[in-house]
Parts: sequence; C-alpha cells; structure tokens
Amino acid sequence: MTDFIDAFRTALGLIVTLDPDLVEILVLSIKVSLSAVVIASLLGFAIGGALAVYRFPGRGAVSAVLSALMGLPPVVAGLVVYLLFSNVGPLGVLQLLYTPTAMIIAQVVLVTPIIGALTRQACQDLLEEYDEQLRSLGASSSAIVGTLLWDGRYRLITAVLAGFGRAIAEVGAVMIVGGNIDHVTRTMTTAIALETSKGNIALALALGIVLLTIALAVNASLIWVQRLANRLAYA
Amino acid sequence: MLDPTSPLQGVSDRLASPPLPVEIKGLVYETGGKRVIDDVDATIESRRITAIMGPNGAGKSILLRLMHGLIAPTQGEILWAGRPADRPMVYRQAMVFQRPVLLRRSVAANVSHALGLRGVGRDKRAICVDEALKLAGLERQASMPARVLSGGEQQRLCLARALSLDPDVLFLDEPTSSLDPASTLAIERLLLDAQRRGIKVILVTHDVGQARRLAHDVMFLHHGRVIEHQESQDFFDNPQSEGARAFLSGGLVL
Repeated sequence: MTDFIDAFRTALGLIVTLDPDLVEILVLSIKVSLSAVVIASLLGFAIGGALAVYRFPGRGAVSAVLSALMGLPPVVAGLVVYLLFSNVGPLGVLQLLYTPTAMIIAQVVLVTPIIGALTRQACQDLLEEYDEQLRSLGASSSAIVGTLLWDGRYRLITAVLAGFGRAIAEVGAVMIVGGNIDHVTRTMTTAIALETSKGNIALALALGIVLLTIALAVNASLIWVQRLANRLAYA
Repeated sequence: MLDPTSPLQGVSDRLASPPLPVEIKGLVYETGGKRVIDDVDATIESRRITAIMGPNGAGKSILLRLMHGLIAPTQGEILWAGRPADRPMVYRQAMVFQRPVLLRRSVAANVSHALGLRGVGRDKRAICVDEALKLAGLERQASMPARVLSGGEQQRLCLARALSLDPDVLFLDEPTSSLDPASTLAIERLLLDAQRRGIKVILVTHDVGQARRLAHDVMFLHHGRVIEHQESQDFFDNPQSEGARAFLSGGLVL
C-alpha cells in the first residue's frame, strides 16, 4: 500500500513538474489522435451526409457495414493497416510502419466509421423533417447534404468528440503499427502498457491520470454541447 | 406590418402573369395499393385564391404535392400554361406546409438560405431578407434562433420565406390549422396582400370560415375525386353535392 502511495506521489510530481518524458508522450498522443480525428471527420461527414441523401444500389448495405464498423476492435484496425504497410504489403514501399503517420492512418480507420455512422444518423433524422421543404425550395442533392451537415452541427460536434475519445484511449491500433518506440511512437496508452509491465508504476499512473482527465473533459464538453443545442432548440 | 405599398424586392421582375391556367388531366396517384387521387380533371384559371377543401383523407394534401411536383403522379399530367412543369417552373412556385419546417438557424438565415438555394446572389439576399421579415413583422426577431419562435411566428416566417422567393404560384397546406385566431388573421392578411400583388394562391384548408374569407373559387375533394369546383359564393350558398352539403353544414362526412 505504501508503495502505491509513493507511486501516486511520484506520479503527481511528474505531472506538476511537467516531466519532459511525460510531456513528450502526451504531445505525441494528442497530435496523432487530433490529426486522425480531423481527417476522419472530413471523411465521415462526406460519407455520412452522402449516405443520408443519395439513393444508390447497395446504400443500405454500406450503411449497415459502416454502423457495424463502429465496434471495430482497435487491434483489428491496427492489423489491417499493418498488413497494408508491412514490407510485403501493397503499400510497403512507403516505409510508413512504426511512424506517427502509420498511427494516424490506423486511428483514421478506427474513427471514420464512428463519425460517419453518427453523421448519417443525424442527417437522416433531419432529412425526414426537411425533405419536402428543401425540395420545394429547389435544392440540389449536394445542397441538401450541405444544409443537413450545417443544421446537424451540434450532433456532428458530439460525433467528433466521441471519435476523439475513442482515438485517444485506444491502445491496440497504435501499438501494432507504431511499435511503442521511445521518443518516436510512444503514446500515453502504449506507454502505460509498457511501464506497467516494467514495474514503473509512477509514470504509468501519471499518464493514466492525464488520460482520465482528458476523457472527463471530452465528456463534459459533450454534455455542454448537448445543453447548448437544446437551449437554442437546435437539437 | 402589412403595408401593401412596399412590395417585396424583385416583384417588378415577375413575368406579366402567373403560368396559368393549371390543367390537371386524368390525374391518378396510388400509394400502398390505394388510389388516393382518383382520375382528377380540373382547370384552375384565375389569378385569385383557390381553396381546396374536403374531409380528412380526401387527398387534398396529395393533390397539392402533385401540383407542386414533390411527388410524381401514377397517371395523368399537370400542365402550366400548356406545358409540363420544368425546373424554371418549379422555381416560380413556393409552398408553406402544415407544420412549419424551420432550419436550425436564425430567423434571418432561414430566409437567406432559401434565397441562396434559389440562386439569389448575396447582395440581393440581404435586401430580400429585410423586406420579407418586415412584411411578416419579424424584424426584431431576425437574429433569434428560428425554432424558439411561437407557433404563429414560425408559420409567419415560413410564409415570409416563401414570399421572399417572389413566386408566381404559392401553395399552402392548411397553414393555420394549429394557430390561434390572431396568428391566423396575420397569415390571412399576408395571403390577401400576396394575391393583390398578383401571386396565384392555392390553399388547402379545413376551415370553412377561412375559405369564405379568402377564396374566390373552391375545389371540393372527396375520396380522391373532385366533386365540385365552382365560384366560392355559389359553393357556399348552393353546394351541388351531398358531400359538400354535409361538409358545410358541419355534418360528419365519411
């Protein structure tokens, strides 16, 4: 028990003194996940909006697959990207494996279905209400997609936050394609896994506290966005 | 609020006359194996206010949507001044729905976005928005979120948005069915004003009093068929059909 308390003290010390190792890991984690979420948002908005508005054969199947992929295990996303970028894979020549870029790609694979499926649902709900009015106004399909994305902005923000929460907390994908290389591809989650198994509880605990704080902040923002939307009758 | 001397911007651009007559020929609409519009033939000629009346499920709203081109008929056709509707024709029409459909944006942005979808340039949009909101008495609410307006204000905004598009033909599907008398009056004044400015108004209504106040001719629908279509005076004083007589006397029309 005293060991644990000591570790906890050390952990808080690392956070308070902005320990360089800790900060480096934190910055890389946020950089990777933020980049992934920005890319996944652009993809997800386009895919979700198009799936809600355009009618084409196989639309239902695509929507179903997208929804199913929301639950894609991170290790599987990592495995797929690993196979693509490994030396024998189709994209092996790019030599991206074990770089932050590969980690971003793996998280894009993981997060795009989440943002895409939530966007599609938001747009579809709005379209039910808006369809006749927008067609009466003479809107083209692409103008309808644009209208729905803007009017669904509060729900899209929550989708993006959900995607970020998923990306920052996952360990499987970044571990497989990043390799947890010190000063290169070490993120909060992979560092926690490694430091814990090495017995360096203090750093693991410090990272855990930071991660938990981020998760809480993301959830608090979710609630705040929700409330704002309700107040403006935009939900 | 309802100053008829300040018509909306662009009124002068309107073609000399609305694309009339509207000729409905052998119109049939089937959905779910049911014939909701059953071989309708009708001609709407005048520039005045036409009311479409009838009991629930008579096919009034469907007929309106067919005319506006929101749904395609199973059979038959609708001709505007002798031609089927094309995209420019659709752009000369606007519609107000029974339940106000407002975007999750400000009052002004609701009008502005509609104008944008119709290809109106940014500079002109601002002027049109101001005039539309003024016409509807909603200038003070311009920057408010549209969906926090009262029911009456929401419907007024929908009508103002439709009028801002400077239509030749305006469709309304029971626009006042859930409004209080004051809000209903405001809508009716706007409609009379629009009609005076040369806009052809086609209105679905349940409300006999409203039809009496507004309509110049009445089309009475029952079971998807046009049972009567005549001058409103004649329709109200001397309905020809059993169904219309029962409807007007407040009886239950089945």
